Amino acid sequence: MLDRRDFVRELLIGRGDLLVVSGLGSATYDVAAAGDHPLNFYLWGAMGGTAMIGLGLALARPQRRVAVLTGDGDMLMGIGSLATIGVKQPKNLAIVVLDNAHYGETGMQASHTKSGIDLVGVALACRFKQARAISRIQDAPDVRKLLHSGEGPLLISARIKEDDVPRVLPMRDGHAIKQRFIAALNSA
Amino acid sequence: MPAEINVHTPTDIKPSWPDAIYRQFQRVGIRQVGYVPDAGHSRLIQLCQADNAIADVVLTTEEEGVGLVAGAALGGQRTALLMQSSGVGNCINMFSLLRNCGFGCVVLVTMRGEFGEFNPWQVPMGAITEDVLRLSGFLTYRIDDPDTVDDLVGAGCDMAFDGNLQVVFLLSQRLIGRKQWVR
Repeated sequence: MLDRRDFVRELLIGRGDLLVVSGLGSATYDVAAAGDHPLNFYLWGAMGGTAMIGLGLALARPQRRVAVLTGDGDMLMGIGSLATIGVKQPKNLAIVVLDNAHYGETGMQASHTKSGIDLVGVALACRFKQARAISRIQDAPDVRKLLHSGEGPLLISARIKEDDVPRVLPMRDGHAIKQRFIAALNSA
Repeated sequence: MPAEINVHTPTDIKPSWPDAIYRQFQRVGIRQVGYVPDAGHSRLIQLCQADNAIADVVLTTEEEGVGLVAGAALGGQRTALLMQSSGVGNCINMFSLLRNCGFGCVVLVTMRGEFGEFNPWQVPMGAITEDVLRLSGFLTYRIDDPDTVDDLVGAGCDMAFDGNLQVVFLLSQRLIGRKQWVR
């Protein structure tokens, strides 16, 4: 099992011009903990919408790489968006599900993945080009490569420990997060 | 614009209004259109599908479209959403994304559950659709007359994208025609 903070930090090493959308709750804190960046679009709400934001961005910017980092709860709530992404087949979109099989923000209640519901299987059934589960930190460099050059759509289910880690809270003014992201994207 | 598109159109639907909306999409540079298949929107959907400048994104549920709008806007593209009034209810929490971040958005809603509705199951959501949208922060414009579509949709698109506002057009059942139940 992975330490979520170590894993996300590894994924975002040398991120360059990677565009990152993070799902509400712990995924946003993990991305912030790896280092604040203007090309992070942090979500603090809109549960279930993270992957679709990634799709809209990937379609708008086909020459850039888009990484969605989110939790299993958010991905389950937006599970239909995997089918929608499968229809559009964006080559530049990768989704990393930080899967601890629990709802961390609300008191660690078990999620569907705890009962064996398999997001990798769902993604493959939705015609993702590649989907797999990982649980060792040694796999992080391979996943990082996939984020930057793997043919999408792809989904990685990263099995992380259930540990409750300290919150790292990034900016939460949505207008400011948006404007900073757009300005950075247009200048890069 | 494609020369000829073969669309099933009930006899009391005037086909001109979807074309007027599509021309406004072209004028303001809509680049993504999210939709759940809908009879009232069928011609507009086909016009968008046939346009290589527009990415048409078929959704499993309308709320996915709200995320699409946000992502496209982050990437510098304008998006319109097409849905039926029942779909508005599926979006309510996700609409907060548009308000929280100020994403300009145009939504076209074909109304059910009002004038001439055959199916009473459509009525509860249709009756509250406009109120729900107002409470969710949208400017709402109701369109009954096909001759006003071009003007209203054009003005609304400018407000939405020049001012990062959320604008919705309610296309009434008088405009789109009643669903044909006997065939």
